[in-house]
Amino acid sequence: MSVIYVLLTISIVVAVVFFAAFIFSVKSGQYDDSYTPSVRMLFEDELVTKESSKNLPNDKNELPNSKRKQL
Amino acid sequence: MDNTYCYHCGDPCDDQIIHFKDKPFCCYGCKTVFEIFDEHDLGYYYELQAAAGSTPNIAKGKYDYLETPSIAEKLLEFNDGTYQIINLFIPAIHCSSCIWILENLHKIAPGILQSQVDFPKKTVRINFESSKISLKEVVLLLTRIGYEPNISLENYDRKEKKQNKTLIYQLGIAGFAFGNIMFLSFPEYFEVNEFWLDQYKPLFRWLMFAFSLPVVFYAGRDYLISAFKGLRSRHLNIDVPIALGILTLFIRSTLEILFDWGSGFFDSLSGLIFFLLLGKYFQQRTYAFLSFERDYKSYFPIAVTRLLEQNKEETIQVYEIRKGDRILIRHEELIPVDGLLQKGPVEIDYSFVTGEATPVKKEVGEKVFAGGKQLLGAMEMLALKNVSQSYLTQLWSQAVFNKDNVSSFQTLTDSIGKRFTLVVLLIAFSATFFWIFNDPTKVWNVFTAVLIIACPCAIALSAPFTLGNMLRIFGRKKFYLKDSGVIEQLATIDTAIFDKTGTLSTRSHDTIVYEGSALSKEEKSLLKSTLRASNHPLSRSLYKLLKDQDIMTLDDYQEYVGKGLYSSKGDQKLKLGSASFVDNCSSDASDQTVVHLSTNTQYRGHFVFQNQYRPGISELFTKLKKNMELALLSGDHEGEKHRLEALLPSLIPMYFNQKPDDKLFFVKELQDQGKKVMMVGDGLNDAGALAQSNVGIAISEDINVFSPACDGILDASKFKYLSQYIGASKQAIKIIKLSFVLSLLYNVIGLYFAVTGQLEPVIAAILMPLSSISIVAFTTLATNLLGRKIK
Repeated sequence: MSVIYVLLTISIVVAVVFFAAFIFSVKSGQYDDSYTPSVRMLFEDELVTKESSKNLPNDKNELPNSKRKQL
Repeated sequence: MDNTYCYHCGDPCDDQIIHFKDKPFCCYGCKTVFEIFDEHDLGYYYELQAAAGSTPNIAKGKYDYLETPSIAEKLLEFNDGTYQIINLFIPAIHCSSCIWILENLHKIAPGILQSQVDFPKKTVRINFESSKISLKEVVLLLTRIGYEPNISLENYDRKEKKQNKTLIYQLGIAGFAFGNIMFLSFPEYFEVNEFWLDQYKPLFRWLMFAFSLPVVFYAGRDYLISAFKGLRSRHLNIDVPIALGILTLFIRSTLEILFDWGSGFFDSLSGLIFFLLLGKYFQQRTYAFLSFERDYKSYFPIAVTRLLEQNKEETIQVYEIRKGDRILIRHEELIPVDGLLQKGPVEIDYSFVTGEATPVKKEVGEKVFAGGKQLLGAMEMLALKNVSQSYLTQLWSQAVFNKDNVSSFQTLTDSIGKRFTLVVLLIAFSATFFWIFNDPTKVWNVFTAVLIIACPCAIALSAPFTLGNMLRIFGRKKFYLKDSGVIEQLATIDTAIFDKTGTLSTRSHDTIVYEGSALSKEEKSLLKSTLRASNHPLSRSLYKLLKDQDIMTLDDYQEYVGKGLYSSKGDQKLKLGSASFVDNCSSDASDQTVVHLSTNTQYRGHFVFQNQYRPGISELFTKLKKNMELALLSGDHEGEKHRLEALLPSLIPMYFNQKPDDKLFFVKELQDQGKKVMMVGDGLNDAGALAQSNVGIAISEDINVFSPACDGILDASKFKYLSQYIGASKQAIKIIKLSFVLSLLYNVIGLYFAVTGQLEPVIAAILMPLSSISIVAFTTLATNLLGRKIK
């Protein structure tokens, strides 16, 4: 009958994982702006003519990730 | 011609049309923005939303101070020498095109690495490489494409404002524990003395106990603390019965599982706290892009230009201005300190300070006061004081601005809470008393059950959900309130005071009356052509008002700064301007804003500029008059008194030439007589009165720009509906009272079970959420119905 311990442990662990995910998402500011991302995702990657795309940094993630975190 | 709209900003092109790439533009500014976007293949901007742009407006030298490292350092959020990050507030952000273009800035300027828009807050965070592009260049780029950031003294003094997320964490904990405890307590609801259940009962119960610990001591601690504080100050607020309920629930449940009396009420306990927090959260939502706490700092520039010996210029921070400094104020810049005018003449727009709509002329040697806006070119002045001692800024040293505004106002919920607590304790004790004599074994059970079931969860939820929803409804109608408490205050108002300029009237002079001899067609045409060349605000509004005439080329045109215009065509000569400037002027209308006109040395007449009153104000005043006392306080002169008297219902007292602190004391005096005062104003001159009043409402034509510290911001176009909003607030209070009745009904049902000693955990677990949910449903429905009626 001790399977109940296993099940309880699993169910609580799963719940705690989701809870931790929630806390993490609040902490990292995901709920600060709940509108802009919904618009942003609808933008097309519009066409950029060949000549102008070459000398422009088109990579938004140029800034090292580690740098962003400390901000 | 009337039907052409600018491709960039969507404004009608009345003055001129510029064609570029087959598209019409209203001005060169808009055309330039289009050119910039077009050049970088950002034409998608116009596809997202037609006419999305706003007209750029660049004042030269305005942002020179951003080159001063000490000032830039204060504004930057992050700076490691190579990379810099700045967060700028851009009021012009209003649609998806704005988001798109601002997040594609890196395509226009290579030095910009990344930019991210926060739409609700109207800010953009720009990440740039300082070796390739400077902060000033970033700001200028934004200004050039019509997204001028708003940088004021407020940004300079910025303290790190950490958003308080405690409530969200508390809500998360309570919700998490509530769900899990529900699962764990479910088997015992249907207990049938099964072997398996009996075996594991203790495990389930202690797990529930463990889950409830963070709920009571973290999520619910605010209620315990508030109740404790209330009791200590001998004040029974609504949190007292709530805390009593929470503690009784927790202690009884713990004892029950400790001595194996039963399964406890952990499910009801966590559900109660979860619902309460939900109500709190619902009530707390605010408008991220509006600020209700502004003082003069949001209007003042960060830096000014100080003139050194040999006319060398130097940018200094405004706090560094010392007595005796010579300061250069450019066109359209704000005067930051009181001082003496040294080079002019100037015209200063004091409308934010005094409410006076007409610009004031000042000659060299005259005193100028802080807060005015320079309208005619550049001026030089000698500082007489430093910033915090100026006439205007001293208003903020008044006590109203320092005291914490959590006033003694007792909310409806709290006043109910007081009586409620007394009644509950009375019932609990009399029931206990009854059972002592009849069946002493039930005493403990009954006493705690009464406290548990009487916990006023539904009552505590009525106000947050009603007011929170009203707040949202008002927000949709463009009436933005600071918090839900303002609605309760609004319902109690019995006196309303209005400012004139900017509140009852629009800021611009839109009604122009000509008094004098009629003009011939040639003269009209000459007049229009003369006005066309001038950039003076009065000329612009007069130009727009005159009917279309043939535009001709002038033989001679001269603008005398601060005096008027002179032009000639053939043998026709025309002078337009102040009384002393035009020829043979005999009229004297000093109370009003007037432009005189003379042709060929003969006086012809004058144009009177009148304030345009907002539509619907007489109806509004008539409606308000029925329920409250009204008064008008104006910083302006009496010139408009007769027009106002004709417009407004009689017997409304009007006071003119009121200084900012006069207004404040006026409100205070009324309050001392026991009146609940609402102040409706717009400018800095009303700031004192707005802060002092019970409800201060700022009228704003563009909610993103200027509004002094207040309790609510009302969009100017909705001004005429103000009486409806007050009515709706009163209705909202009625809804709260009705839901109190409803929740009392639930309490009576619960009390029946409690007093008779039959309260089972399952009944509590059903009754508690049921009452809460039905209250939420009732208030939301009722307020939505109410919201449909108001415009």
